[in-house]
Amino acid sequence: MTIFHYDKTFEGLLTAVFDAYNRKTFPDRLLAIDEPEPLFVDELFTVVSDEEKSKRVWKGLTKKLQHNTCNMITYAWLSELPGSDELIFRYIRKTFDNKQSIETNFADDDVLQLKKLAQKVNHERHRLIELVRFQKASDEIFFAPVSPDHNSLPLTLDHFADRFADQKWVIYDTRRNYGFYYDMKTITEMTLDSTDLFPKGKLDEKLMAEDEKLYQELWKGYFKAMTIKERINLKLQRQHLPKRYWKYLTEKQ
Amino acid sequence: MINTPDYTMERMVRVIKVLRTVHRFNGYIHMKSIPGASQQLVHEAGLYADRLSVNIEIPTEQNLKMLAPEKDHESVYKPMLYIQQGVLESAEERAKHRSAPRFAPAGQSTQMIIGATDETDKQILFTSAALYNRPSMKRVYYSGYIPVNSYDTRLPALKQAPLVRENRLYQADWLLRFYEFKVDEIVDDKNPDLDLEIDPKLAWALRHPEAFPVDINKADYAMILRIPGIGVKSAKLIVMSRRYNKLKSADLKKMGIVMKKAQYFITCNELAVQNVSDSSPEYVRKVLTEKKLPKNAPDPNQLALIFE
Repeated sequence: MTIFHYDKTFEGLLTAVFDAYNRKTFPDRLLAIDEPEPLFVDELFTVVSDEEKSKRVWKGLTKKLQHNTCNMITYAWLSELPGSDELIFRYIRKTFDNKQSIETNFADDDVLQLKKLAQKVNHERHRLIELVRFQKASDEIFFAPVSPDHNSLPLTLDHFADRFADQKWVIYDTRRNYGFYYDMKTITEMTLDSTDLFPKGKLDEKLMAEDEKLYQELWKGYFKAMTIKERINLKLQRQHLPKRYWKYLTEKQ
Repeated sequence: MINTPDYTMERMVRVIKVLRTVHRFNGYIHMKSIPGASQQLVHEAGLYADRLSVNIEIPTEQNLKMLAPEKDHESVYKPMLYIQQGVLESAEERAKHRSAPRFAPAGQSTQMIIGATDETDKQILFTSAALYNRPSMKRVYYSGYIPVNSYDTRLPALKQAPLVRENRLYQADWLLRFYEFKVDEIVDDKNPDLDLEIDPKLAWALRHPEAFPVDINKADYAMILRIPGIGVKSAKLIVMSRRYNKLKSADLKKMGIVMKKAQYFITCNELAVQNVSDSSPEYVRKVLTEKKLPKNAPDPNQLALIFE
């Protein structure tokens, strides 16, 4: 069994592809730097992430694959699911080894799985866009905590910069402990030292803008008034608004 | 409605104008246009709203007259036509220069109330099909009737909105828009109403057993779309993937095809399941509509032990 260790970054993964072709040995498993190897290892290699190498691999991919498929690879990477890196590795290898494009051969398990994974992340991206609820803080910044299953927050930024171009906002991923701040011009990545400011996804009342409470009441009242009792369908509601998002939905408090 | 249609419409247009220009609201706005509104006001609304809708409410004019003698379909179809003109003109303008103003970029929609009057599904779907033939019409909504008062005897007394019928109508609507079905294939004089027990696509397949089994590896896209259990996405996956290799039933299953239904209507490389043309449509229908027994329920074929 051949094992590659790498630093679990996307750049590292692409470097691993480069090194594998260079060495002409292909890993059966891709492990993190400190991950213990299984028994019976024939060959061990540690990948050192290299910008030059990873760029060359990516350029090769953009030549061979459609723009959409390249996006799918990044989406699959952002899923952060165990094994997604090995899947992407196999996919890239199949792309380079085949003369013809494999992009639409969905009878191939790796191709189908990569598509499904990318789809999952894309669905979550849509759900984030739909279900983010901003709370206005006293310094006029609109704040929204999220905790997506996959790392799909960066994929939503274009939308929010477009949609709320004239407001300052922060969207913060509490699960990965990082977020993005928009100052009406550019978006910058940020990390907070502590998440005490918003226990349970709610902004601390002392930090809220004066009228924020009133707006929340208004929104809840609207939600209540719009409900058609005869058509309540809780199963359908859970499909569209999965329960794991409820803690951030004002109307569900 | 307050005063005249134009009076109400004018106030609504003023509201969305303020939302867009003063409050800089960049989100989606769907505005219900008032039947009988004038062309200028509809045109103004289209400049600020993403989607406009004029509701038909009752699918046939004589029933509309019965419930609301002062209303007619003319007052609904006219604003619809204004919207359509606006959308087409704006598209033409924008093809010439990109800075031309957009007009209702998400098109228009309409709504019909189901179950309040005695229209058949055939009448309803023929109306929708005619509406979809117009360029800017994106959606027709079917809304099950919910009684709001008990004193009006012209309306039926229903305990529950006709939800299953509503669902079947939406399924038929999807067949019209995405599955390349013609409306007279879904409902005709022999079957004026949709089957509530099975979906309209399966119903079509059972009425036409001679069209099956379909060879997944050879049939064209339009025919693959007609197989029950295969949706638009999986049909596209099949057509793309079969250029590489012949597809087997295991591949189909992985792609997300509902084999429980599809198995009676397809052939692929191996697969030797009884299909609809070998057996009979009645048999397939029976198998597919059989109610599943709840888990742990006693098997009706097994005799109970009565030793005490």
